[in-house]
Amino acid sequence: MTGLAYVLRRLAHDRSALLGLILVLLVVLAAILAPVISTHPEAVWDMNPANRLKPPGGEWLLGTDRMGADIYSRVIYGARITLLIAFVAVGVSLLIGVPIGLWAGWNELWIGETLMRVSDVFLAVPQIVLAIAIAQTLGPSIENVILALSVTYWPWFARLVYAEVRTLKNETFIEAAIALGVPQWRIVLQHVLPNVASPIIVRTSIGMGFTILTAASLGFLGLGAPPPAPEWGRMISESREFLPEAWWYALAPGVAIFAVVMGFNLLGDGLRDVLDPRLRRAHER
Amino acid sequence: MSAHATLLQVSELRRYFPVHNVLGLRTGTIKALDDVSFDVRLGETYGIVGESGCGKTTLGKTLAGIHKPSAGRILFEAADISGLQGAARGPVVQRLQYIHQDPGGALDPRWTIGRSLDEPLATHTTLSRVERAARSREILAAVGLPPGHLDLYPHELSGGQQRRVGLARILMLKPRLVILDEPTSGLDVSVQATVLKLLRKLQRAFDLTYVFISHDLSVVRIMCDRVAVMYLGRIVEIAPAAGLFAAPQHPYTRSLLSAIPRIGGKRVTDFFALEGEPPDAGNLPSGCRFRARCPLAAPVCAEREPRLAPVGENHATACHFPHKLEGART
Amino acid sequence: MSANPLLEVRDLRIGFATDSGVARVLDGVNLSVERGRIMGLVGESGCGKTTLARAVLGILAPNATTEGGAIRFDGQDLLGMPRDRLQREVRGRRIAFVPQDPYGAFNPLFRIGDQIMELMKWKSPLRDQGERGLGALLTPYPRARRRADRAAAIALLNEVQIPDPERALGKLPGQFSGGQRQRLMIAMALLTNPDLIIADEPTTALDVTIQAQILKLLRSLAKDRGVSVLLTTHDLGTAYEICDDITVMYAGQEVETAPVAEFFANPRHPYTAHLLASLPDPAREIQEIGGEIPSLLSPPTGCRFHPRCRSASAQCAAARPPVSGERQMVRCFHPQPLQQEARL
Repeated sequence: MTGLAYVLRRLAHDRSALLGLILVLLVVLAAILAPVISTHPEAVWDMNPANRLKPPGGEWLLGTDRMGADIYSRVIYGARITLLIAFVAVGVSLLIGVPIGLWAGWNELWIGETLMRVSDVFLAVPQIVLAIAIAQTLGPSIENVILALSVTYWPWFARLVYAEVRTLKNETFIEAAIALGVPQWRIVLQHVLPNVASPIIVRTSIGMGFTILTAASLGFLGLGAPPPAPEWGRMISESREFLPEAWWYALAPGVAIFAVVMGFNLLGDGLRDVLDPRLRRAHER
Repeated sequence: MSAHATLLQVSELRRYFPVHNVLGLRTGTIKALDDVSFDVRLGETYGIVGESGCGKTTLGKTLAGIHKPSAGRILFEAADISGLQGAARGPVVQRLQYIHQDPGGALDPRWTIGRSLDEPLATHTTLSRVERAARSREILAAVGLPPGHLDLYPHELSGGQQRRVGLARILMLKPRLVILDEPTSGLDVSVQATVLKLLRKLQRAFDLTYVFISHDLSVVRIMCDRVAVMYLGRIVEIAPAAGLFAAPQHPYTRSLLSAIPRIGGKRVTDFFALEGEPPDAGNLPSGCRFRARCPLAAPVCAEREPRLAPVGENHATACHFPHKLEGART
Repeated sequence: MSANPLLEVRDLRIGFATDSGVARVLDGVNLSVERGRIMGLVGESGCGKTTLARAVLGILAPNATTEGGAIRFDGQDLLGMPRDRLQREVRGRRIAFVPQDPYGAFNPLFRIGDQIMELMKWKSPLRDQGERGLGALLTPYPRARRRADRAAAIALLNEVQIPDPERALGKLPGQFSGGQRQRLMIAMALLTNPDLIIADEPTTALDVTIQAQILKLLRSLAKDRGVSVLLTTHDLGTAYEICDDITVMYAGQEVETAPVAEFFANPRHPYTAHLLASLPDPAREIQEIGGEIPSLLSPPTGCRFHPRCRSASAQCAAARPPVSGERQMVRCFHPQPLQQEARL
């Protein structure tokens, strides 16, 4: 039984984790199958003033927005933007933060200590504030949002990995590997990294939720992808002047954000329990 | 001297640890090892005994290359290995291995047993995968475990089985010298018996030479050929095991032996006379380190440190008055 | 044993709830500690000796359930006693505890003197034990009693051979060695004038020379004051040194009880005999007992030692053997024969 199958099996026993997994999969599938499942794929970017602010029903499953475009389709396509931003931003943070944390934690040089102090500074400032500052300076676009989010999120990974590596260095099996003469790079890659993988994975999942929320906030403030891109945060922002009559306008993107963030958080919590090494089995009993 | 081949020769080994205060300034030195010299012959089991703070663990780790000596030399198979650490130690590692107090702890919890056993061979030899697998099975059988265990994870084995796997891992490279650091410490009596028998069996099967570090004198007595007694970083007495226990020459060794409960004999606590505790390691007294607690202390003991000198066949002690204890047992 | 022991444990059954099921840690254990005598509770890991000691003190973990049996101390039922009365009158006063780890037993941030006086404020023999509730919390520590308690503390520190007790009271625990801390624990145990001291492996963490000093001290102080001691240990040598009586436990069952001389001269239970034979002896080959200590989640039925016992038969698995013998009591269907002359 492969590791992945084992993880999925164990997750299935935890109801909230299962819910999280389902929510995440739903959003991912929606994003992938957007052209197939949306009702007005070509109208996402169109302006059709005759149909503006129609309530849900009939042709428009979730109503229309102020430009007359179908909200349901826009939300589905918006999933693509949201997930793209989140995956790339968190991915880049991982790629920057984990090696820094590994190197600083293992080598105990003053450079490592300094890097950790730098990341502390980043962690002390609220991510949203930093992201706003960066996005504002560089101008509203998807790329700049991704950049802002990566720059503000890598310290979380670096700090986490640093602390774990420092603790791991005192473990007997690491000392034994050193005494055995295994080269340091091999110890770090084959012994240390797998043992810090679980906290990294958990942090990645939770980080996705966090990043999506921040991206939506940026979009809400007008700092995200420019219109007419169907970005969820921006959609909520647009809906403000039409509330409370056009209640459907804010509901759909709001629920979408809620669902996907909740999904990633529940999944992350579930993974935290499942990935405990002491519970792995070579074969099912 | 005898015609035995010398496998390990330690000369004037020193290992000092600096002591820092809160501000990071150096306030003193702990002389964990201070001028330690001895040699280990091929095929023997050489015991190193002492209480906490005597330096025996530091000695084991320094011989194993985990610590770097501050001074002195270590000759292994006539080659100087004193400062070698890390990659430079490669060829030495194959022939000189070190076992922690808990050998099972040396296993990565995320690796299967098979992979943990494979690692020493993959790192140091050029054997093919098939050959490595064959050797894994061979060594696993030697410690009494079935080949099916290769696919299990450490937490799926009992503590005793983990210990055996740890021992197997050390033997994968078929070393010549194995340093055992407190192999029976903390073990129940019945488990201890099993471990000692296994160690003996492995020694015969693989032609091993042991350096046996322990604070438990009764275990050392039955396992070791020769014994060195340490006190505060120095060796105070070296003798064959039987001779050491029958006629100890150093006052500390005498006290140490007299403290061991002897079931069936007189109660130790009725007669035990050693008072006080060892002095602070960072603040050693002048002259002999044991003089504050020694029944034979005299002015010369404060002036000059005694050196290890022979007092009989294969027997050496570091005391100014080695023969004065005849007949007077504490 | 006598008709009126100081501490009597009868048929005690305790289980611990774990993720993998209920661990049957104590399976109907009997134990008696006589007045003025030192009882050694000997056993290997998992035998339940620490659980038994904690059960007497009433400090078991929350996942422990007492499923049956009785603990009587000086005629009083401890299991049925209300918890606050147990804490106020018995624990730390009439029954004192010396723990295994001298390094963790003290709060590293407070001075020894403060920690001792804190103990004396509540548990001094001079204190009137009638106060309870809010009134007790607000009671001041009268100066006269405080002076008397401090003098008693200093006198006792002298007896346990702590150098310069006046100054010692002002020091932090970190400034003392392990052996000295264990002396301090013994002093604190004796300050409240207890009837019984429970010492849980008091010398396991110490070097053999310090161990000899501490055991000597414990025995002489206990005997001088007529205090009973229940000493748990896995080391038969320690038991031999200071105990008057010995009880051996295996996997949650007690298997043999005897006065120390008879015990070592003529062990009757196969496990006890094996245990003694496993001790390192230069005159003999190393003796092993085959097998491993059983898991307490699904222990063997009947006598828990039977899977490893050379003398085992079918009845050993069927039911637990009853107690047989008077002075030297053993629970076995096939005990070693009793020799008429016991060498002392």
